[in-house]
Amino acid sequence: MSDILKYFRQNRLPHIWCPGCGHGTVTGALVRAVGKLKLDKNKVVVVSGIGCSSRAPGYLDFDTLHTAHGRALAFATGIKLSRPELKVIVMTGDGDCTAIGGNHFIHAARRNIDITTIVMNNNIYGMTSGQYSPMTPKGMLGTTAPYGNVERSFDLAKLAVAAGATYVGRGTAYHAVLLEDLIEKALLNKGFSVVEAVTQCPTYLGRKNKIGTAVDMLNWFKESAVNVKAAAALPPERLAGKFLIGELHNQPEPEFTAEYAALVSQVRRKYDNFQGEVRECGQNSD
Amino acid sequence: MSEQKKAYEHVIRERWCKGCNICVAFCPKQVLTLRNGKVFAERPDQCIGCRLCELRCPDFAIEVRERGSGEGESRDASNVDYEIKPEAHHD
Repeated sequence: MSDILKYFRQNRLPHIWCPGCGHGTVTGALVRAVGKLKLDKNKVVVVSGIGCSSRAPGYLDFDTLHTAHGRALAFATGIKLSRPELKVIVMTGDGDCTAIGGNHFIHAARRNIDITTIVMNNNIYGMTSGQYSPMTPKGMLGTTAPYGNVERSFDLAKLAVAAGATYVGRGTAYHAVLLEDLIEKALLNKGFSVVEAVTQCPTYLGRKNKIGTAVDMLNWFKESAVNVKAAAALPPERLAGKFLIGELHNQPEPEFTAEYAALVSQVRRKYDNFQGEVRECGQNSD
Repeated sequence: MSEQKKAYEHVIRERWCKGCNICVAFCPKQVLTLRNGKVFAERPDQCIGCRLCELRCPDFAIEVRERGSGEGESRDASNVDYEIKPEAHHD
């Protein structure tokens, strides 16, 4: 731990998150993964949008960017295209990524641009006092769903796979070792990588739904998460009401910035070798 | 002869700890407890060094270290009060 403290802006700690909030665990897992890969902190950019989760880059001593709501991936795409040698990490929340930034998310995945996206999914809009989000499970309570949420929730992993992401994993704040492992693999993947980190919001989701403290919420993850390797051997009726964790998709595809650079050099070569007639200036109509 | 059991010590950054109880509840050996709303290593001799408290702590407030690893005092900024401006120490 003390060797990874160099990646923190220690004068900003303790952080603003509530006692028991899982976002700190996910931030810790990311920093450990970065420390394990021994990345240079001047070559890493962390981008975030708006929300509880998006406070994370403020505590990290990388080059960080706190941007408009849902637009973290749009800003990150710009950074990656202009400086492809940088490692770009996006830290976003469930509302930021799937509701406000939903289009940016699917199109970043479609392009397969080399960005690692960590979605801290706490199933609710925590910062604005617990409105239900597109990731709130059906039937759960929120301040804007006082009688229960009637909408179905997204399966973010399936959405990311369908949109074209090349690495998709899911961990929880309870499975911290697995989460660190998934983030490490996502950082190594050349292409759009998504790690959905299920975290607990004891202040809003836990309190509204009477789940209890942060410890009870972590026990809830422990009981309802099934590793994808174990799930393959289980009958479907035993998977009802559970969610899969682990490496859900890993299929390398050509990466966008590499393809773009190849296109640029191809076009440049074509015009450098241009042997045709040179137009006289006088031919211009003006 | 089994090799000598490893001993562990806990670095606790009290200023960062929010007393959420996660480390206490999930410690497999019940080493930790809460004292005055902050984590406290009550039975460090029982610690097996699994580091689950360190991995799950949302506040980066606890660290498990092998005793006698020669790392010395933790060089973190958790004891620095940034609310006090550096000029305050000048006479």
